[in-house]
Amino acid sequence: MAMDGGAAELREAHRLTGHTDRVWSLAWNPSPGAGAGPVLASCGGDKAVRIWKRAADGAWRCSDVLEDTHNRTVRSCAWSPDGKLLATASFDSTTAIWEYSGGDFECVATLEGHENEVKSVSWSASGSLLATCSRDKAVWIWEMQPGNEYECVAVLQGHTQDVKMVQWHPNLDVLVSVSYDNSIRVWADDGDDEWHCVQTLTEADNCGHSSTVWALSFNQKGDRMVTCSDDRTLKIWDTSADLSQPKTGDNHESWRHLSTLTGYHGRTVFSAHWSSEDIIASGAGDDVICLFTEDKSSMTEEPSYRLILKKEKAHDMDINCVRWCPQDPNMLASASDDGTVKLWELRGNALD
Amino acid sequence: MVVGLINANPVIYEKKERRIRQAPETTDENAAEPIDQLEIFDHIRDIKDPEHPYSLEELNVVTEDSIEISDEHSHVRVTFTPTVEHCSMATVIGLCLRVKLMRSLPPRYKVDIRVAPGSHATETAVNKQLNDKERVAAALENPNLLDIVEECLSPTFA
Repeated sequence: MAMDGGAAELREAHRLTGHTDRVWSLAWNPSPGAGAGPVLASCGGDKAVRIWKRAADGAWRCSDVLEDTHNRTVRSCAWSPDGKLLATASFDSTTAIWEYSGGDFECVATLEGHENEVKSVSWSASGSLLATCSRDKAVWIWEMQPGNEYECVAVLQGHTQDVKMVQWHPNLDVLVSVSYDNSIRVWADDGDDEWHCVQTLTEADNCGHSSTVWALSFNQKGDRMVTCSDDRTLKIWDTSADLSQPKTGDNHESWRHLSTLTGYHGRTVFSAHWSSEDIIASGAGDDVICLFTEDKSSMTEEPSYRLILKKEKAHDMDINCVRWCPQDPNMLASASDDGTVKLWELRGNALD
Repeated sequence: MVVGLINANPVIYEKKERRIRQAPETTDENAAEPIDQLEIFDHIRDIKDPEHPYSLEELNVVTEDSIEISDEHSHVRVTFTPTVEHCSMATVIGLCLRVKLMRSLPPRYKVDIRVAPGSHATETAVNKQLNDKERVAAALENPNLLDIVEECLSPTFA
């Protein structure tokens, strides 16, 4: 790793241009294939998805443009764990599944059912389940069947407003959703393929958020989670309790609030992402990227988190998404209303 | 179909006299001229009410004093006052204000739109919706809603 002992620095390494409207979301391919370099997908208000690859000369180029399938904004995208499929969620109320075959991306399935805008899509760790969420307040779970068929196995009701993002736990079949209703909901199946809300994290009961929760991210182990909100804070949660096997009776294990990161962003925090090196990146409506890490020297019993870097004016406009590259933990991608995607290189001793 | 007006008899206010903006006292012709309250007001005063043939200025929905601006921080806040407390047009008016400023101001500007405190029955809900850029983006992809907004922004008034 390029940790040379200096103070942490975030250097703009590449600027990817091509989208003709705001860029909403980014996804690194977790498994681009043997010998292949990192592959990034971006999507946005121009109704298109762009696939970015590093060329032999080190420059980043757009290798594919996926268009003419969604007729409204593509709000988010997600790769399957094996890196072979890309799911795209659109304001046109559908989710499309793309397969890379014969040098081309082909739309192999369209998931319909939500009443209006689909906001987010996520694959489970095993790759057999897919979750989507919508402004219709519902979360849907789909099961992948042979022959590019997807069967809806659950429609989860509980949120009272627009659901902004869904994300599966990194190794358990536990799903988390965050919403315009300010709450965070945790969903698991009871062993009989019946899905239930097993915990709701709110401001009143759990030191939760006081406005729209926009995004969440787990650490690699899955025992911590970060959420970010329109209330301009990020919150860290202890998620070590295994909620995948819901228990009845007394002594419920549960997830709990650990820490609130406040005073770092001046506007809505739209995105947060936890790196494999345990650095949390956040991107917000104040055009700022912040990096945080756990303060191991802290004398308090509860873990505390400290700011290690604040990058002002990282973009010309709101930052909608930040994502660490799984193959290179010092590379961060960010997407903005300014229509660009930037690739940043983290240098210096960030973990001191 | 006959649809009742939300506010059948709104109070009409005089249009303010149009002031000429003072040229800044500088000898450098190329110096950036900061955007001020009056310039923002000029952008939004002639927006047409969604249900009356009057401008937002004539209905006292917006005034020059309802605009707060910090050019240095690239921030504008517009506080508008719906004509009645239960105005179901409040979100449409707010959307028109946002779209007009989005099209008129340099992209570096952050815009907040809100109803005047105490002026609307569902104030918090209206404000939250108007400042959720994802829902604003989705609303503007709705052709019917976009038509209404375009009509309100069309240059009917000289």
